Amino acid sequence: MAKRAAPEVNAGSMADIAFLLLIFFLVTTTIETDSGINRKLPPMEESEEDVVIKQRNIFTVLLNGKDQLLVEDELMEVKDLRQAAIEFLDNGGDGSCDYCKGNKDKSSSDNPDKAIISLKNERETTYKTYIAVQNELVAAYNELRNIRAQGLYGKSFAEMQENYKDVNWPGNKERLKEKIDKIKLDYPQKLSEVQ
Amino acid sequence: MSKFKKKKGGDMPAVNTASLPDIVFMLLFFFMVATVMRQNTLMIENNLPFADQVEKLDKKDLVMYIYAGKPSDNYKQYGTEAKIQLNDKFADVNEIAAFIAAERASKREELIPFLTTALKVDSDANMGLIGDIKQELRKVNALKINYTTKKGTVLGR
Repeated sequence: MAKRAAPEVNAGSMADIAFLLLIFFLVTTTIETDSGINRKLPPMEESEEDVVIKQRNIFTVLLNGKDQLLVEDELMEVKDLRQAAIEFLDNGGDGSCDYCKGNKDKSSSDNPDKAIISLKNERETTYKTYIAVQNELVAAYNELRNIRAQGLYGKSFAEMQENYKDVNWPGNKERLKEKIDKIKLDYPQKLSEVQ
Repeated sequence: MSKFKKKKGGDMPAVNTASLPDIVFMLLFFFMVATVMRQNTLMIENNLPFADQVEKLDKKDLVMYIYAGKPSDNYKQYGTEAKIQLNDKFADVNEIAAFIAAERASKREELIPFLTTALKVDSDANMGLIGDIKQELRKVNALKINYTTKKGTVLGR
């Protein structure tokens, strides 16, 4: 008996069906954003304790209703804020901070531990600008921590934190945690918001 | 010399498209895996602002979402001012406390201190509204918050 070849199935329309499904998913789903700036709110405290903070240790950032930025009583653009914050935090005015690279200005902050950034906004400020300012201030802290970590351990702070979160990282996590805490202690994030 | 005769005037062979479905299916599976169906139907505009110093929210089940923004085109009857949305419906600022309490009740007790509130706020909203939300959150002691942002450069720089 003669061998007969099986007829080939026409799969030309398969691509069309797949495209149909693909386009459906493209249209109906959105990639959910799940990253952002983490902050901690101050707890509600009934007893108001007066803490005396020297004026030179406070870096005031004011955002008005027209999205204008007033830093230490001077108008400023958002793009210059990061550098200004770094200079303020890294000043080391009283000489107790031996790793600070700032210019030890007597009228600026004593050391990174005492330096506080105070952020105030008005009700009319737009959220976009507020986030931009928050972002720049967090960036200032992160940049200083990166420099410090690079000097101490030869790795950037961001890299160390990434390693700490990575489950597959082979090194000693407890030691790494100590190092991270040390850097956080050297440059503590003191960002307060005025209501 | 017929051995080297050039074949002339033959039909162009059809391009083999058998692998096309495979490629499309690959894309399809990527999108099916990478995307999540929205939990809530958004009734507001939600253009998140940009920031580049972001941290990832890793534990999805420990996050409570509060949306805010001005009502989108289909809900124009609610006005043009930015509003808060909790669980599929518009809410008032004073409903946040009840919302947080309900969310906490639905989670296991030992997880409650690790709950984070993610604020998904439209970039054109006013800080007054966000200030009110933050004040409410402080009252119910939900202190860990996250300003959800898209990853990108700030202010188009």
